[in-house]
Amino acid sequence: MLKTVIPFGPQHPVFPEPLHLKLVVEDEVITEVVPALGFVHRGLENLVHLRDFQQMIQVVERVCGICSMMHAMCFCQGIEDLMRIEVPPRSKLLRVIWSELHRIHSHLLWLGLFADSFGFESLFMQFWKIREKVLDINEATTGNRVIVSVNVVGGVRRDLSAEQMKWMLSNLAWAEDEILRLETTLLSDYTVQKRTIGKGVLPREKAFELGAVGPTARASGIAQDMRMLGYSALDQLDFEPVVETDGDCYARSRVRFHEVIQSIRLIRQAISKITEGEIRIKVKGRPEGETFSRIEQPRGELIYYIKANGTKNLDRLRIRTPTFANIPALLGMLPGMWLSDVPVVVLSIDPCISCTER
Amino acid sequence: MKAEVSSVSCDALVGEVARIKVEGYRFVTLSCAETDGNSVSILYHFDRDLALKHLRLSALKDKPIPSISPVYFAAFLVENEIQDLFGITFKGLVVDYKRTLYLEEEVKRTPFCTDTAVQTPAAEKTANPGPVET
Amino acid sequence: MFKMTPNIIHNLLHKKATRRYPKVIRPAFENVRGALFNEVAKCTFCGICAIKCPSQCILVDKKAGRWTYDLFACVFCGICVEACPAESLHQKSAYHLPLAGRETITLNREPKLKIEKTTKIPEERSNDAKD
Repeated sequence: MLKTVIPFGPQHPVFPEPLHLKLVVEDEVITEVVPALGFVHRGLENLVHLRDFQQMIQVVERVCGICSMMHAMCFCQGIEDLMRIEVPPRSKLLRVIWSELHRIHSHLLWLGLFADSFGFESLFMQFWKIREKVLDINEATTGNRVIVSVNVVGGVRRDLSAEQMKWMLSNLAWAEDEILRLETTLLSDYTVQKRTIGKGVLPREKAFELGAVGPTARASGIAQDMRMLGYSALDQLDFEPVVETDGDCYARSRVRFHEVIQSIRLIRQAISKITEGEIRIKVKGRPEGETFSRIEQPRGELIYYIKANGTKNLDRLRIRTPTFANIPALLGMLPGMWLSDVPVVVLSIDPCISCTER
Repeated sequence: MKAEVSSVSCDALVGEVARIKVEGYRFVTLSCAETDGNSVSILYHFDRDLALKHLRLSALKDKPIPSISPVYFAAFLVENEIQDLFGITFKGLVVDYKRTLYLEEEVKRTPFCTDTAVQTPAAEKTANPGPVET
Repeated sequence: MFKMTPNIIHNLLHKKATRRYPKVIRPAFENVRGALFNEVAKCTFCGICAIKCPSQCILVDKKAGRWTYDLFACVFCGICVEACPAESLHQKSAYHLPLAGRETITLNREPKLKIEKTTKIPEERSNDAKD
């Protein structure tokens, strides 16, 4: 049995971002994997020395292009915690609405890429057609399609009027109908099932030990979702995490599919509970101390460790993104797979390498 | 921080982490911050049922720190990152990239340490002339 | 195997999902954060926009009365628009069209608006804290 080392390169049609894996392969079956990162390292954490804590919001939004609002929200939550600021209730619900919209667009992007990874390009286009509507909602309500830039320390910058909310709900109803129409194509198709069931199995104990987070962990039976912490108005909404038990690629795509539907329902609940009030409060002073802030990004648990020393520049900002925690879990999933299953398995953890290597 | 932070020393670190693993905590991450010229403070974060627990380790930069990757495999990636960015060495790492995870071999200065004369853009720009104001 | 067929028939019978760009251009939404422009008649050259800008793309010289803006470093976040006390900065609802060379816009404190376009090489920019 000859061993070969195959580089699964940084450039690959299936990856949205560059990740290098050295696969040790014996007769087409993978035995070991060694990852190599560092292709998009920009050193954004070090910018805290050059930009003050309010300008850092714009820097932090640009860590990831797909989940940018979550980064800004986690950062603002951390700073508000340090400065003991209580944001108005209307802005908390608005933040929830925009972050659930982000979750919908991120999962639709992933569902499209996942279909593309086993060659189903027409399904890829169908999912991205629905995603365009969500991006139009983003642009009309916040001013930009992806990097929405609505969070500031002390609240949000934009407000939603009543007819904007009605327009949003009608568009989301259209999106929900279209997505449910695609459910049988994605989840009950014979070819899709043959390519995904039983591949990349991660049993529950191994998922816990390797520190998997997000849909990767929820598909292995660990019912953990940071939205259960009840940050930012999520304690007023009804919410149950979506959990599957099989732990393979099919279970992960089911979890993300159902999370899209769940997010649309959460937005409807949030809009029905919205109250009148101000959206932003004035912030004076400088942060001091250290804090730890966690929220649920589309890919899992996002953590910010902020250390401030009373000047306008922060001392240290540490961002730990969920893909960083899922890469060791990926290393546990790959041995035993065929070489041709590698793109599907790697994509099933939803790798966002620009987040990982800020 | 709202959760409990307990201090730990270099020698007791691996034993304490093994005890935490037996109690059923999930490994979250490490955070490293520079406290002054030659010492750093590393925080270890663990989570169980959405409740956090932290350990603080104050260490000197030139002494090697024991690695917890034999206990929690997932820690190898973040310990390699701290090696790259702060210039610290961890001994006993399960997979050691030897300072090439993010950086290339030519890079000699550690990016995150303020005393190793890291070049800030302001320093670089004074070397080049400013723009031509028309 | 034929799970996609109902979708195909539905798509053939309904109208196209794509727009025939450039013959049909979607009208821009309101309040989109597009191109930035400064009404220099109202501008007091206080410099607050330059201090608050996250990408440090604005340079204000109060004595000489000059407001310089680097189009290509701007991220169109709108912080300067909110911070401006004289309300002279606005954002249009359309983005910039593609340009052929890197340009910086320089506006001077004069009754008549004089816009000078200079082509700059990136290394010579002196925005200190810009990365």
